[in-house]
Amino acid sequence: MPSLKDLKTRIESVKSTRKITKAMQMVAAAKLRRAQEAAEAGRPYAEKMAAVIGGLAASVGGSDSSPRLLAGTGQDQTHLLVVMTAERGLCGGFNSSIARLAKARIAELTAQGKTVKVLTVGKKGREQLRRDYANLLVGHIDLSEVKRVGYENAAAIAKDVMARFDTGEFDVATIFYNRFQSVISQIPTAQQIIPAVFEDAAEDVGAETPYDYEPSEEAILSDLLPIGVTTQIFTALLENGASEQGARMSAMDNATRNAGDMIDKLTIEFNRSRQAVITNELIEIISGAEAL
Amino acid sequence: MAEAFKFDLVSPERRLASLDATEAQIPGAGGDMTAMANHAPTITTLRPGLLQVIHAGGKDDYIVLGGFAEISADKVTVLAERALPRAEVTKELYAEMVEEYRKAHETAKETFKNEPGPVDDAAKLLSDMVALGDHINL
Repeated sequence: MPSLKDLKTRIESVKSTRKITKAMQMVAAAKLRRAQEAAEAGRPYAEKMAAVIGGLAASVGGSDSSPRLLAGTGQDQTHLLVVMTAERGLCGGFNSSIARLAKARIAELTAQGKTVKVLTVGKKGREQLRRDYANLLVGHIDLSEVKRVGYENAAAIAKDVMARFDTGEFDVATIFYNRFQSVISQIPTAQQIIPAVFEDAAEDVGAETPYDYEPSEEAILSDLLPIGVTTQIFTALLENGASEQGARMSAMDNATRNAGDMIDKLTIEFNRSRQAVITNELIEIISGAEAL
Repeated sequence: MAEAFKFDLVSPERRLASLDATEAQIPGAGGDMTAMANHAPTITTLRPGLLQVIHAGGKDDYIVLGGFAEISADKVTVLAERALPRAEVTKELYAEMVEEYRKAHETAKETFKNEPGPVDDAAKLLSDMVALGDHINL
Protein backbone atom coordinates (compact mmCIF):
# COMPACT_ATOMS: atom_id res chain seq x y z
CA MET A 1 0.00 0.00 0.00
CA PRO A 2 1.60 3.29 -1.11
CA SER A 3 1.92 5.94 1.53
CA LEU A 4 -0.12 9.11 1.46
CA LYS A 5 2.89 11.08 0.36
CA ASP A 6 3.53 8.71 -2.54
CA LEU A 7 -0.05 9.02 -3.69
CA LYS A 8 0.10 12.78 -3.49
CA THR A 9 3.23 12.94 -5.63
CA ARG A 10 1.70 10.59 -8.19
CA ILE A 11 -1.45 12.68 -8.41
CA GLU A 12 0.67 15.79 -8.93
CA SER A 13 2.74 14.12 -11.63
CA VAL A 14 -0.31 12.85 -13.51
CA LYS A 15 -1.82 16.30 -13.26
CA SER A 16 1.19 17.89 -14.89
CA THR A 17 1.16 15.19 -17.59
CA ARG A 18 -2.45 16.06 -18.25
CA LYS A 19 -1.53 19.71 -18.61
CA ILE A 20 1.08 18.80 -21.20
CA THR A 21 -1.18 16.51 -23.22
CA LYS A 22 -3.94 19.07 -23.07
CA ALA A 23 -1.60 21.74 -24.39
CA MET A 24 -0.36 19.44 -27.15
CA GLN A 25 -3.92 18.68 -28.12
CA MET A 26 -4.74 22.34 -28.45
CA VAL A 27 -1.60 23.05 -30.43
CA ALA A 28 -2.42 20.13 -32.73
CA ALA A 29 -5.96 21.45 -33.17
CA ALA A 30 -4.65 24.83 -34.26
CA LYS A 31 -2.09 23.27 -36.59
CA LEU A 32 -4.70 20.91 -37.96
CA ARG A 33 -6.85 23.82 -39.03
CA ARG A 34 -3.93 25.36 -40.87
CA ALA A 35 -2.92 22.06 -42.43
CA GLN A 36 -6.46 21.46 -43.59
CA GLU A 37 -6.63 24.90 -45.14
CA ALA A 38 -3.36 24.22 -46.94
CA ALA A 39 -4.65 20.89 -48.20
CA GLU A 40 -7.84 22.56 -49.37
CA ALA A 41 -5.94 25.35 -51.12
CA GLY A 42 -3.84 22.84 -53.01
CA ARG A 43 -6.76 20.79 -54.21
CA PRO A 44 -7.92 22.80 -57.26
CA TYR A 45 -4.41 22.75 -58.72
CA ALA A 46 -3.92 19.04 -58.16
CA GLU A 47 -7.32 18.13 -59.58
CA LYS A 48 -6.92 20.24 -62.69
CA MET A 49 -3.40 18.95 -63.23
CA ALA A 50 -4.52 15.34 -62.94
CA ALA A 51 -7.42 15.97 -65.31
CA VAL A 52 -5.31 17.62 -67.99
CA ILE A 53 -2.46 15.14 -67.80
CA GLY A 54 -4.99 12.33 -67.77
CA GLY A 55 -6.62 13.71 -70.92
CA LEU A 56 -3.28 14.13 -72.64
CA ALA A 57 -2.10 10.72 -71.58
CA ALA A 58 -5.26 9.17 -72.95
CA SER A 59 -4.74 10.73 -76.37
CA VAL A 60 -0.96 10.38 -76.60
CA GLY A 61 -0.52 7.21 -74.55
CA GLY A 62 0.07 3.99 -76.36
CA SER A 63 2.13 5.59 -79.10
CA ASP A 64 5.83 4.75 -79.18
CA SER A 65 6.84 8.32 -78.51
CA SER A 66 5.10 8.56 -75.15
CA PRO A 67 7.50 9.75 -72.44
CA ARG A 68 9.12 7.28 -70.11
CA LEU A 69 7.49 8.79 -67.06
CA LEU A 70 4.17 7.67 -68.52
CA ALA A 71 5.10 4.50 -70.34
CA GLY A 72 7.54 3.23 -67.73
CA THR A 73 10.65 1.25 -68.47
CA GLY A 74 8.73 -1.71 -69.78
CA GLN A 75 9.39 -3.88 -66.76
CA ASP A 76 8.56 -3.91 -63.09
CA GLN A 77 11.54 -5.59 -61.55
CA THR A 78 12.76 -2.90 -59.20
CA HIS A 79 10.34 -1.03 -57.00
CA LEU A 80 11.02 2.19 -55.17
CA LEU A 81 8.83 2.81 -52.16
CA VAL A 82 8.68 6.38 -50.96
CA VAL A 83 7.50 6.17 -47.38
CA MET A 84 6.30 9.46 -45.99
CA THR A 85 5.86 9.77 -42.26
CA ALA A 86 6.07 12.43 -39.59
CA GLU A 87 9.18 13.85 -38.01
CA ARG A 88 7.71 13.52 -34.56
CA GLY A 89 6.00 10.88 -32.55
CA LEU A 90 3.16 11.16 -30.02
CA CYS A 91 0.52 10.96 -32.70
CA GLY A 92 -1.12 7.62 -32.05
CA GLY A 93 -0.87 5.04 -34.77
CA PHE A 94 -0.05 7.56 -37.48
CA ASN A 95 3.54 6.53 -38.19
CA SER A 96 3.14 2.84 -37.50
CA SER A 97 0.15 2.48 -39.80
CA ILE A 98 2.19 3.79 -42.74
CA ALA A 99 5.18 1.69 -41.77
CA ARG A 100 2.95 -1.37 -41.45
CA LEU A 101 1.50 -0.86 -44.93
CA ALA A 102 4.98 -0.35 -46.38
CA LYS A 103 6.30 -3.45 -44.62
CA ALA A 104 3.42 -5.53 -45.96
CA ARG A 105 4.21 -4.27 -49.48
CA ILE A 106 7.91 -4.97 -49.06
CA ALA A 107 7.19 -8.52 -47.91
CA GLU A 108 4.78 -9.04 -50.80
CA LEU A 109 7.22 -7.73 -53.42
CA THR A 110 10.19 -9.66 -52.07
CA ALA A 111 8.08 -12.81 -52.07
CA GLN A 112 7.50 -12.20 -55.78
CA GLY A 113 11.22 -12.01 -56.32
CA LYS A 114 11.32 -8.28 -57.02
CA THR A 115 13.99 -5.89 -55.87
CA VAL A 116 12.77 -3.32 -53.39
CA LYS A 117 14.35 0.02 -52.56
CA VAL A 118 13.03 2.34 -49.91
CA LEU A 119 13.29 6.10 -49.75
CA THR A 120 12.06 7.55 -46.50
CA VAL A 121 10.67 11.00 -45.90
CA GLY A 122 10.36 11.81 -42.23
CA LYS A 123 12.38 10.45 -39.35
CA LYS A 124 9.82 8.18 -37.75
CA GLY A 125 9.29 5.94 -40.73
CA ARG A 126 13.01 5.58 -41.16
CA GLU A 127 13.40 4.46 -37.56
CA GLN A 128 10.70 1.84 -37.90
CA LEU A 129 11.86 0.46 -41.23
CA ARG A 130 15.52 0.45 -40.29
CA ARG A 131 14.92 -2.31 -37.79
CA ASP A 132 13.86 -4.88 -40.37
CA TYR A 133 14.95 -3.54 -43.72
CA ALA A 134 18.09 -1.51 -43.12
CA ASN A 135 19.69 -2.90 -46.27
CA LEU A 136 16.82 -1.69 -48.49
CA LEU A 137 17.01 1.97 -47.49
CA VAL A 138 18.55 3.94 -50.32
CA GLY A 139 17.95 7.44 -49.10
CA HIS A 140 16.30 9.73 -46.62
CA ILE A 141 14.84 13.18 -46.93
CA ASP A 142 14.81 15.18 -43.75
CA LEU A 143 11.99 17.61 -43.22
CA SER A 144 12.58 18.24 -39.53
CA GLU A 145 13.77 21.79 -40.19
CA VAL A 146 10.73 22.58 -42.26
CA LYS A 147 8.02 24.40 -40.37
CA ARG A 148 5.45 24.55 -43.13
CA VAL A 149 5.61 22.08 -45.95
CA GLY A 150 5.85 24.01 -49.18
CA TYR A 151 5.88 23.17 -52.84
CA GLU A 152 9.69 23.44 -52.86
CA ASN A 153 9.89 20.50 -50.45
CA ALA A 154 7.76 18.40 -52.76
CA ALA A 155 9.87 19.57 -55.70
CA ALA A 156 13.04 18.46 -53.92
CA ILE A 157 11.61 15.00 -53.25
CA ALA A 158 10.34 14.70 -56.81
CA LYS A 159 13.72 15.75 -58.16
CA ASP A 160 15.45 13.09 -56.10
CA VAL A 161 12.98 10.43 -57.23
CA MET A 162 13.15 11.42 -60.90
CA ALA A 163 16.95 11.56 -60.86
CA ARG A 164 16.94 7.99 -59.61
CA PHE A 165 14.46 7.06 -62.32
CA ASP A 166 16.61 8.65 -65.04
CA THR A 167 19.64 6.66 -63.96
CA GLY A 168 17.57 3.49 -64.11
CA GLU A 169 17.60 2.80 -60.41
CA PHE A 170 14.02 1.57 -60.37
CA ASP A 171 11.08 0.78 -62.64
CA VAL A 172 8.09 1.57 -60.48
CA ALA A 173 7.71 4.18 -57.75
CA THR A 174 4.98 4.16 -55.14
CA ILE A 175 4.35 6.71 -52.42
CA PHE A 176 3.00 5.79 -49.00
CA TYR A 177 1.15 8.35 -46.95
CA ASN A 178 -1.92 8.83 -44.79
CA ARG A 179 -4.95 10.19 -46.56
CA PHE A 180 -6.86 12.56 -44.32
CA GLN A 181 -10.44 11.49 -43.85
CA SER A 182 -11.37 13.04 -40.53
CA VAL A 183 -9.76 13.83 -37.21
CA ILE A 184 -10.32 10.30 -36.01
CA SER A 185 -9.69 8.47 -39.23
CA GLN A 186 -6.67 8.60 -41.51
CA ILE A 187 -6.28 6.00 -44.21
CA PRO A 188 -2.81 4.69 -45.00
CA THR A 189 -2.59 4.85 -48.76
CA ALA A 190 -0.20 3.54 -51.40
CA GLN A 191 -0.19 5.39 -54.70
CA GLN A 192 1.86 4.63 -57.75
CA ILE A 193 3.44 7.75 -59.23
CA ILE A 194 5.90 6.39 -61.81
CA PRO A 195 4.85 5.27 -64.36
CA ALA A 196 1.94 7.62 -64.01
CA VAL A 197 -1.52 6.17 -63.52
CA PHE A 198 -4.72 8.07 -63.91
CA GLU A 199 -7.98 6.64 -62.78
CA ASP A 200 -11.16 8.40 -63.72
CA ALA A 201 -9.62 11.71 -64.70
CA ALA A 202 -9.19 10.75 -68.33
CA GLU A 203 -12.89 10.54 -69.13
CA ASP A 204 -13.71 13.97 -67.77
CA VAL A 205 -11.49 15.82 -70.19
CA GLY A 206 -11.74 13.45 -73.10
CA ALA A 207 -15.48 13.91 -73.24
CA GLU A 208 -15.24 17.67 -73.60
CA THR A 209 -14.41 19.66 -76.66
CA PRO A 210 -11.10 18.79 -78.28
CA TYR A 211 -8.34 21.22 -77.38
CA ASP A 212 -5.72 22.88 -79.49
CA TYR A 213 -2.32 22.22 -78.05
CA GLU A 214 0.53 24.64 -78.17
CA PRO A 215 3.21 23.34 -78.60
CA SER A 216 2.35 19.75 -79.55
CA GLU A 217 0.54 17.32 -77.26
CA GLU A 218 3.70 15.27 -76.78
CA ALA A 219 5.78 18.29 -75.84
CA ILE A 220 3.21 19.50 -73.34
CA LEU A 221 2.85 16.04 -71.88
CA SER A 222 6.56 15.56 -71.34
CA ASP A 223 6.65 19.04 -69.79
CA LEU A 224 3.77 18.35 -67.49
CA LEU A 225 4.53 14.83 -66.32
CA PRO A 226 7.36 15.87 -63.97
CA ILE A 227 5.11 18.63 -62.63
CA GLY A 228 2.40 16.03 -62.20
CA VAL A 229 4.71 13.82 -60.16
CA THR A 230 5.67 16.80 -58.01
CA THR A 231 2.04 17.72 -57.55
CA GLN A 232 1.14 14.22 -56.42
CA ILE A 233 3.95 14.25 -53.91
CA PHE A 234 2.93 17.70 -52.74
CA THR A 235 -0.67 16.61 -52.28
CA ALA A 236 0.51 13.56 -50.35
CA LEU A 237 2.67 15.76 -48.11
CA LEU A 238 -0.25 18.06 -47.40
CA GLU A 239 -2.62 15.16 -46.69
CA ASN A 240 0.03 13.65 -44.48
CA GLY A 241 0.47 16.93 -42.61
CA ALA A 242 -3.24 17.22 -41.92
CA SER A 243 -3.43 13.54 -40.94
CA GLU A 244 -0.51 13.88 -38.57
CA GLN A 245 -2.11 16.76 -36.71
CA GLY A 246 -5.47 14.99 -36.68
CA ALA A 247 -3.92 11.82 -35.33
CA ARG A 248 -1.97 13.75 -32.73
CA MET A 249 -5.03 15.67 -31.68
CA SER A 250 -7.12 12.56 -31.07
CA ALA A 251 -4.22 10.73 -29.43
CA MET A 252 -3.65 13.64 -27.08
CA ASP A 253 -7.36 13.94 -26.42
CA ASN A 254 -7.38 10.30 -25.34
CA ALA A 255 -4.28 10.82 -23.24
CA THR A 256 -5.84 13.81 -21.53
CA ARG A 257 -8.98 11.84 -20.77
CA ASN A 258 -7.00 8.87 -19.47
CA ALA A 259 -4.98 11.16 -17.24
CA GLY A 260 -8.25 12.58 -15.90
CA ASP A 261 -9.55 9.10 -15.11
CA MET A 262 -6.29 8.22 -13.46
CA ILE A 263 -6.40 11.35 -11.31
CA ASP A 264 -9.94 10.48 -10.20
CA LYS A 265 -8.91 6.95 -9.27
CA LEU A 266 -5.80 8.08 -7.44
CA THR A 267 -7.76 10.75 -5.60
CA ILE A 268 -10.27 8.17 -4.37
CA GLU A 269 -7.41 5.94 -3.29
CA PHE A 270 -5.78 8.87 -1.56
CA ASN A 271 -8.96 9.77 0.32
CA ARG A 272 -9.54 6.15 1.33
CA SER A 273 -6.02 5.77 2.69
CA ARG A 274 -6.31 9.05 4.53
CA GLN A 275 -9.59 7.88 6.07
CA ALA A 276 -7.94 4.57 7.02
CA VAL A 277 -5.06 6.40 8.65
CA ILE A 278 -7.46 8.57 10.66
CA THR A 279 -9.54 5.56 11.72
CA ASN A 280 -6.37 3.79 12.72
CA GLU A 281 -5.23 6.69 14.84
CA LEU A 282 -8.65 6.91 16.52
CA ILE A 283 -8.58 3.19 17.34
CA GLU A 284 -5.14 3.60 18.79
CA ILE A 285 -6.22 6.51 20.95
CA ILE A 286 -9.39 4.77 22.14
CA SER A 287 -7.68 1.49 22.89
CA GLY A 288 -4.90 3.40 24.62
CA ALA A 289 -7.47 5.20 26.79
CA GLU A 290 -9.26 1.94 27.56
CA ALA A 291 -6.07 0.27 28.61
CA LEU A 292 -5.49 2.82 31.32
CA MET B 1 -18.06 46.23 -73.13
CA ALA B 2 -16.40 42.99 -74.02
CA GLU B 3 -17.96 39.73 -72.94
CA ALA B 4 -16.67 38.33 -69.67
CA PHE B 5 -15.33 34.88 -68.94
CA LYS B 6 -14.29 33.11 -65.79
CA PHE B 7 -10.63 33.46 -64.93
CA ASP B 8 -8.79 31.32 -62.38
CA LEU B 9 -5.15 31.50 -61.43
CA VAL B 10 -4.00 28.73 -59.14
CA SER B 11 -0.59 27.74 -57.85
CA PRO B 12 0.03 24.52 -55.90
CA GLU B 13 -0.17 26.40 -52.65
CA ARG B 14 -3.06 28.75 -53.16
CA ARG B 15 -5.69 30.15 -55.45
CA LEU B 16 -4.49 33.61 -56.42
CA ALA B 17 -7.43 34.78 -58.40
CA SER B 18 -10.91 33.71 -59.32
CA LEU B 19 -12.91 36.38 -61.06
CA ASP B 20 -14.78 37.43 -64.16
CA ALA B 21 -12.33 38.88 -66.62
CA THR B 22 -12.69 40.29 -70.09
CA GLU B 23 -9.17 39.71 -71.30
CA ALA B 24 -6.15 37.67 -70.20
CA GLN B 25 -2.69 38.04 -71.67
CA ILE B 26 -0.88 34.77 -71.23
CA PRO B 27 2.86 34.24 -71.69
CA GLY B 28 2.62 30.99 -73.66
CA ALA B 29 5.67 28.89 -74.41
CA GLY B 30 5.22 29.57 -78.10
CA GLY B 31 4.58 33.27 -77.66
CA ASP B 32 2.22 35.62 -75.87
CA MET B 33 -1.44 35.15 -76.47
CA THR B 34 -4.47 37.10 -75.43
CA ALA B 35 -7.52 35.12 -74.47
CA MET B 36 -10.94 36.67 -74.65
CA ALA B 37 -14.38 35.16 -74.34
CA ASN B 38 -15.24 32.50 -76.94
CA HIS B 39 -11.62 31.66 -77.57
CA ALA B 40 -11.04 28.30 -79.21
CA PRO B 41 -10.29 25.60 -76.60
CA THR B 42 -6.52 25.58 -76.16
CA ILE B 43 -3.96 24.18 -73.78
CA THR B 44 -0.56 25.81 -73.74
CA THR B 45 2.47 25.58 -71.52
CA LEU B 46 3.83 28.76 -69.99
CA ARG B 47 7.20 30.39 -70.06
CA PRO B 48 8.30 32.64 -67.20
CA GLY B 49 6.53 35.88 -67.85
CA LEU B 50 3.96 38.46 -67.00
CA LEU B 51 0.32 37.46 -66.89
CA GLN B 52 -2.11 40.32 -67.25
CA VAL B 53 -5.77 40.06 -66.44
CA ILE B 54 -8.15 42.79 -67.45
CA HIS B 55 -11.49 42.85 -65.68
CA ALA B 56 -14.26 45.28 -64.84
CA GLY B 57 -12.36 46.58 -61.82
CA GLY B 58 -9.14 47.27 -63.67
CA LYS B 59 -6.03 45.30 -64.48
CA ASP B 60 -4.10 42.74 -62.41
CA ASP B 61 -0.52 41.72 -63.10
CA TYR B 62 1.00 38.44 -62.00
CA ILE B 63 4.41 36.89 -62.41
CA VAL B 64 4.10 33.24 -63.43
CA LEU B 65 6.88 30.67 -63.67
CA GLY B 66 6.14 27.43 -65.48
CA GLY B 67 2.92 25.51 -65.65
CA PHE B 68 0.17 25.68 -68.21
CA ALA B 69 -3.05 27.44 -69.17
CA GLU B 70 -6.30 25.87 -70.20
CA ILE B 71 -8.49 28.08 -72.30
CA SER B 72 -12.06 27.33 -73.27
CA ALA B 73 -14.91 29.47 -74.55
CA ASP B 74 -16.11 30.69 -71.17
CA LYS B 75 -13.23 29.88 -68.89
CA VAL B 76 -9.49 30.41 -68.56
CA THR B 77 -7.59 28.46 -65.96
CA VAL B 78 -3.92 29.15 -65.43
CA LEU B 79 -2.00 26.57 -63.40
CA ALA B 80 1.35 28.08 -62.60
CA GLU B 81 4.06 26.18 -60.79
CA ARG B 82 4.87 29.45 -59.14
CA ALA B 83 2.78 32.57 -59.27
CA LEU B 84 3.03 35.87 -57.46
CA PRO B 85 1.11 39.11 -57.72
CA ARG B 86 3.31 41.69 -59.43
CA ALA B 87 3.29 43.87 -56.31
CA GLU B 88 4.86 41.10 -54.24
CA VAL B 89 7.87 40.73 -56.49
CA THR B 90 10.67 42.85 -55.14
CA LYS B 91 14.04 43.43 -56.71
CA GLU B 92 15.68 40.98 -54.30
CA LEU B 93 13.13 38.26 -54.92
CA TYR B 94 13.48 38.67 -58.64
CA ALA B 95 17.29 38.51 -58.43
CA GLU B 96 16.93 35.33 -56.42
CA MET B 97 14.69 33.78 -59.05
CA VAL B 98 17.06 34.71 -61.87
CA GLU B 99 19.90 33.21 -59.87
CA GLU B 100 17.90 29.98 -59.55
CA TYR B 101 17.48 29.73 -63.29
CA ARG B 102 21.12 30.60 -63.85
CA LYS B 103 22.11 27.74 -61.59
CA ALA B 104 19.71 25.36 -63.36
CA HIS B 105 21.36 26.41 -66.62
CA GLU B 106 24.83 25.72 -65.22
CA THR B 107 23.79 22.31 -63.92
CA ALA B 108 22.19 21.47 -67.25
CA LYS B 109 25.41 22.43 -69.03
CA GLU B 110 27.38 20.10 -66.80
CA THR B 111 25.04 17.11 -66.78
CA PHE B 112 24.10 17.12 -70.45
CA LYS B 113 27.44 17.78 -72.10
CA ASN B 114 26.59 16.33 -75.47
CA GLU B 115 22.88 16.81 -75.53
CA PRO B 116 21.91 20.30 -76.58
CA GLY B 117 18.19 19.82 -75.80
CA PRO B 118 18.05 20.33 -72.04
CA VAL B 119 20.79 22.96 -72.08
CA ASP B 120 18.96 25.02 -74.68
CA ASP B 121 15.75 24.68 -72.70
CA ALA B 122 17.47 25.97 -69.58
CA ALA B 123 19.09 28.79 -71.53
CA LYS B 124 15.70 29.75 -72.94
CA LEU B 125 14.14 29.79 -69.49
CA LEU B 126 16.97 31.97 -68.24
CA SER B 127 16.63 34.45 -71.06
CA ASP B 128 12.85 34.52 -70.58
CA MET B 129 13.47 35.31 -66.96
CA VAL B 130 15.87 38.13 -67.80
CA ALA B 131 13.49 39.51 -70.39
CA LEU B 132 10.75 39.47 -67.80
CA GLY B 133 12.93 41.61 -65.56
CA ASP B 134 13.35 44.23 -68.26
CA HIS B 135 9.66 44.10 -68.91
CA ILE B 136 8.67 44.91 -65.36
CA ASN B 137 11.58 47.27 -64.74
CA LEU B 138 13.47 45.36 -62.11
